[in-house]
Amino acid sequence: MANQVPVEEGLFTWPSDSPRLLGSRCVDCGNHMFPRQDDCPKCAGNNTQDVELKNKGTLWTWTIQGYPPKSPPYVGDVDPKTFEPFGVGYVELEDELKVEARLTLNTPEQLKIGMDLELVMIPLCTNKDGDEVVTFGFGPAD
Amino acid sequence: MASSDDVAIVGIGITSFARSEKSGMDHGVDAVRKAVADAGVGWEDMQFAFGGSSAAGAPDTMVSRLGLTGLQFINVANGCATGGSALFSAVNAIKAGMYDLGIAIGFDKHERGAFRINSKNSGLGQWYGETGMALTTQFFGMKLNRYMHDYGITEDTLGKVGAKAFRNGAMNDNAWRRQELSEGQVKESAMLSYPLTQYMFCSPGEGGVALVLCRADKAHKYTDTPIYLNAAVVRSRRFGSFEVFSRHLAPEWSAGPTVDASKAAFEMAGMGPADMDIAQLQDTEVGAEIMHMAENGFCEHGEQERMIAMGETEISGRLPVNTDGGCLANGEPVGASGLRQVYENVLQLRGDAGQRQVQGDPKTAYTHVYGAPGISGVTILSR
Ligand SMILES: [Zn+2]
Repeated sequence: MANQVPVEEGLFTWPSDSPRLLGSRCVDCGNHMFPRQDDCPKCAGNNTQDVELKNKGTLWTWTIQGYPPKSPPYVGDVDPKTFEPFGVGYVELEDELKVEARLTLNTPEQLKIGMDLELVMIPLCTNKDGDEVVTFGFGPAD
Repeated sequence: MASSDDVAIVGIGITSFARSEKSGMDHGVDAVRKAVADAGVGWEDMQFAFGGSSAAGAPDTMVSRLGLTGLQFINVANGCATGGSALFSAVNAIKAGMYDLGIAIGFDKHERGAFRINSKNSGLGQWYGETGMALTTQFFGMKLNRYMHDYGITEDTLGKVGAKAFRNGAMNDNAWRRQELSEGQVKESAMLSYPLTQYMFCSPGEGGVALVLCRADKAHKYTDTPIYLNAAVVRSRRFGSFEVFSRHLAPEWSAGPTVDASKAAFEMAGMGPADMDIAQLQDTEVGAEIMHMAENGFCEHGEQERMIAMGETEISGRLPVNTDGGCLANGEPVGASGLRQVYENVLQLRGDAGQRQVQGDPKTAYTHVYGAPGISGVTILSR
């Protein structure tokens, strides 16, 4: 099996059997943010701490990317013959935030607002070193 | 009656928004020439200019083609509210008593296909584009999908809004897409970003618009049909609003910049939504028009389903919306788009809109633009 590498460092714990998204929490007002940032747009303070976000949530809204995104910047498959539409949604992590993420499901029949989801890794492409580049996403919870 | 500090539009110019060989700057220059001619004046009479463009070069360089008269020319770039911001600035230059007569200009020309976003330069992180999330179309699909779920808007209504846009565009010589499409053709075209299909989206395009403005008490020097600007407002987003390219949303909910801009404009004009005879609302896609009807105060959330079924937003309806075909039929040259809406309202209020003229002698008209990065501009006109 190919070695897996994150699309970018600092988005989620890696390597890990049970990765978590890396966010920030404002010490002054409790606001959560993803990805990590030093400034809080809610209270305009700059006193934030690193937190690992919940890895389970519910689907708040969704769409399906029906055509290949422009490349660059997209690094996944853009060949019109093999491109597979992919889901994108906002997943509500209770008491924290709604995070925008890729979804493993990709049909209107499968995707329902309010459904339970959990964090998974989604392969994007193989890089020039032969490693599989992965990003975070959500799939059906067990 | 207009007071001396009010502002009037006394000249308007527009170019065809159809795809052409022209440069964006060509569109700007042509629009200016038409607008000053419409006001019965010359470029040398312009005391100031505010010019907006997002992708077609620095607007002030057009003086080398229009005439080096030494006027105050200020470039404006403000995302999707670029044209609206040029107008806002021009209005306030006159209101402040600095000038009597000047011009607001907006033009653009974008490459074909969806906007290509450099997520790294936009502060979103390179990963955001690499993972396939830096697409404005996804935001529109997701906002609308949630809205349909919450307020019972159906896919039939999406199809009806699209068909209306192309029907109105077919009556507009300057529109880009002038072919009527049925509700079925709109609904059954390729699914781009669920629930939105190809013909439910506008495309980046090209075009130019210019508006000559003057102190209201001098308007009759230039025209028999001055149109007064009762309000011009621009607002940005607050914490908790749902905007394009939000990598996360807060648990808190804020209604967004459209609601703020709309309320401020109505207050400034001393009017309410029920006083408006015509509305041009940002229709980046069909759902945006539907949602913006409520966000601008023209109905309650969910009421659109009935209003659209009854034909209330048709040119013949109670509140005609996007009478020139909107962004759906005209495309979206970012710098020009907001001024196109104002141009259309001036035509309608003058009674010069030809085949698509709203009947019943309209006296008031509303425009609304919305776009990245969470910005909204509203104007209210009257005659
Ligand atoms: Zn805070």
